[in-house]
Amino acid sequence: MTDSTMTVSVDWTSEEGAARRRRRHAADRRLRAYGIGAISLAIGLLAILIVTLAATGYKAFVQTMVRVDFTISADLVKADNIPAGNFRAVVANAMGTLFPEVEGRAEERELKRILTNNTQFMVRDAVIADPSVIGGTITLRVPASDPFDQLNKGEISRDLPEDQRRVNDQQITWFDKLDAEGRITTPFNWGLFLNADSRFPELAGLAGAIVGSFYALLVCFLISFPVGIAAAVYLEEFAPKNRLTDLIEVNINNLAAVPSVVFGLLGLAVFLNFFGLPRSAPLVGGMVLALMTLPTIIIVTRAALKSVPPSIREAALGMGASKHQTIMHHVLPLALPGILTGTIIGLAQALGETAPLLLIGMNAFITSPPGGLMEASTALPTQVFIWADSPERGFVARTSAGILVLLGFLILMNAIAIFLRQRLERTW
Amino acid sequence: MFGYTVLLIIALSLVAFYVGRAQGAAFVGGDVKSHSLPSYHGAFVAVWVGIPAIVLVLIWVALQGTVIDQALLGSLPASMTEGASVSQLRLFLSEIKNVAAGRIFSEPTPEIQAAAETYIRWQGIARWAMLVAATALMVIALVIARGRLTTRFRARNNVERVMSGLMVFCSTVAILTTIGIIASLLFEAYRFFEQVPVTEFLFGLNWEPQIRLREDQIAGAGAFGAVPVFVGTILIATIAMLVATPIGLFTAIFLVEYANDRVRNIIKPIMEILAGIPTVVYGFFAVLTVAPAIREFGSLLGIAVSPNSALAAGGVMGIMIIPFISSLSDDALKAVPRAMRDGSLALGATRSETMTKVLLPAALPGIMGGILLALSRAIGETMIVVMAAGLIATMTINPIDSVTTVTVQIVTLLIGDTEFDSPKTLAAFALGLVLFIVTLSLNVLALHIVRKYREQYE
Repeated sequence: MTDSTMTVSVDWTSEEGAARRRRRHAADRRLRAYGIGAISLAIGLLAILIVTLAATGYKAFVQTMVRVDFTISADLVKADNIPAGNFRAVVANAMGTLFPEVEGRAEERELKRILTNNTQFMVRDAVIADPSVIGGTITLRVPASDPFDQLNKGEISRDLPEDQRRVNDQQITWFDKLDAEGRITTPFNWGLFLNADSRFPELAGLAGAIVGSFYALLVCFLISFPVGIAAAVYLEEFAPKNRLTDLIEVNINNLAAVPSVVFGLLGLAVFLNFFGLPRSAPLVGGMVLALMTLPTIIIVTRAALKSVPPSIREAALGMGASKHQTIMHHVLPLALPGILTGTIIGLAQALGETAPLLLIGMNAFITSPPGGLMEASTALPTQVFIWADSPERGFVARTSAGILVLLGFLILMNAIAIFLRQRLERTW
Repeated sequence: MFGYTVLLIIALSLVAFYVGRAQGAAFVGGDVKSHSLPSYHGAFVAVWVGIPAIVLVLIWVALQGTVIDQALLGSLPASMTEGASVSQLRLFLSEIKNVAAGRIFSEPTPEIQAAAETYIRWQGIARWAMLVAATALMVIALVIARGRLTTRFRARNNVERVMSGLMVFCSTVAILTTIGIIASLLFEAYRFFEQVPVTEFLFGLNWEPQIRLREDQIAGAGAFGAVPVFVGTILIATIAMLVATPIGLFTAIFLVEYANDRVRNIIKPIMEILAGIPTVVYGFFAVLTVAPAIREFGSLLGIAVSPNSALAAGGVMGIMIIPFISSLSDDALKAVPRAMRDGSLALGATRSETMTKVLLPAALPGIMGGILLALSRAIGETMIVVMAAGLIATMTINPIDSVTTVTVQIVTLLIGDTEFDSPKTLAAFALGLVLFIVTLSLNVLALHIVRKYREQYE
């Protein structure tokens, strides 16, 4: 065994060896190409997603408006009882003045369809706001109804045969006449942010959903932030190593992985049926979201507490502070930036959660923003879900716009979190 | 009233804090050294005033409804409650409450009318009684707590003990949540299995969750065999995993072995964006773009694709899961000791050989764990399938057919339906129980695999 050496001579320069080497390097390049392909695919899909949403959604950020002069005759609207006035006739007269040639009930009805269904109520509200116009005229910009909004934005092609589109040739002529008179404008759609939900796409907005989401997140924050920090401080700093704390830790990790719809079932069975809290209320939504966010907050708080160096604790204890004082006065304030960052990211996740909110009824059709925590409301993601389910063509653009607003809020929250992390977090 | 009571409690606790602190400040500078700082005296009094009152109010609010309901039923004339079933009594109560709230659909009977007036009166009394009781309790507590303050009183230790107690309570919230989930699922599922046998639910091949509207209705008797739902769930989750696993894994391989820091710093945030998009957005994307595209492609080939095919839902779910798999595989690959990788490269292996022959085998348990975690996500994912998958349970493994999933059924069975006695709504809880058990087992298994593997190298 002593002097037996391997004497297999390998000719590295042979044709065979070179071919083998080429093969091996080709395999290396192939794997690299697969990796690049996979990443390009993922990025490409993300790009397609964002581009389609932006392409369908941007049109909902402007709204076709029609400027109409309404003559408020004192016969139709009595100054002492404005709400009972015949505003339907006011609208009909206004359209009649614009198109004197239109005769007959059917035609007049077709003509009125250019304006949104709620025009008469808008005129009524304007008169209530300023009763001095009775007897005179008032000029309002009224949203065009969905088909004409689509027509104006080019979604409905004029080249289609008449029976295949939702506006007939006569209506297009009327609309073009209004356009030629300069009565059609497409300003920024403030209604998207100021109106609540509506059956008519041109009037539907996100105000109710934004307020509902705000209330739900507020409740979620008020519950999960203090409870999460207290739990994390206990587990990280005080808890003895025993079965109970082990059980709590296992529980927290498992809760983080429970499907969100199960939390919805919990909310339905416990908060709604057992405690009898009101359905669709942001309070209940916030409580369910708080239970879902709690594991996230506990985990990030523990990480932030761990990153505070022991020397801080030892210095405080050495100066005679009690354990509570050490943590409350020194460790926790130093960990706070990390905790805040994690909390904001947790809240951003909660903002996007939909399934649990569906189960506790936050997908109701509600036409006014909630006035409080106990009033029925929707939230941003559930509003997106409701609109996505609506058959009207105009809701496709609204849904995409709603998603863009939701993504905008998420980006904002994450940006705040990143800003906080960069500005406040210390490295030791 | 509840809100005002809570505000009152907060206000009085603040008052108590200042009262206690003022008294504590008087101890400073005397002959005997004060044990605790004045603010601890204040906090001690505030805690004594605030916490019992909050607990009282919470218990009061929780019990008030039930107590009033029972008293109301007791006040009804015996002729109405004699021999009435539980659901009948519940009906009376909801009628009384509707009348009291002014939601009158038909002319109520005089008894109900009277009971509604009683109800309104009692509610008013109960509200004021709560406020009065809470205030009385706080005043008593304030007097007692103040009486206990002395120079040598260990206020800080007392306050710290209360704080520790609060922290222990907060950390048990996680356990309470788990107990709440399990209890509510088990309880409602048990009520479901009283009406539908477990064996039919688990092994039945027909899922038509309807209830009879009339006794004599022939159709719509309802069938609760969940196997087609399970098959649909597995089909969609499988498609999702088939999309996500290769893309995620190759992404991780590229990031670990081939990418430089600059590329990594670009790709990682993009993956995080992919993970951060709400699922309702993916659902809309599936409906708006992916499903029509697949349908178009199918009609090009002459295949009829269902408008809500399993392929569209599963494919989009796969996109959602890519970042999970890539980041978990990334962690697993990085956890392989550097010496193994360097050794392989030093022997002349190419990077691909190092990856496939050394790193991947070593990281396999971690990657498997990650895939299992992702699978549990796919099974529990709700919004994508609610929007993009079908509602009808068909027993098929054809990816271009429409199938339904457990989560879709849970949501559709419970949306807009508050009736809680029918097997239709209770079935959702039985499905939820199955979902919870399956995802929990997958998680436990995945964590077990990952942990076992980690011990090997550390």
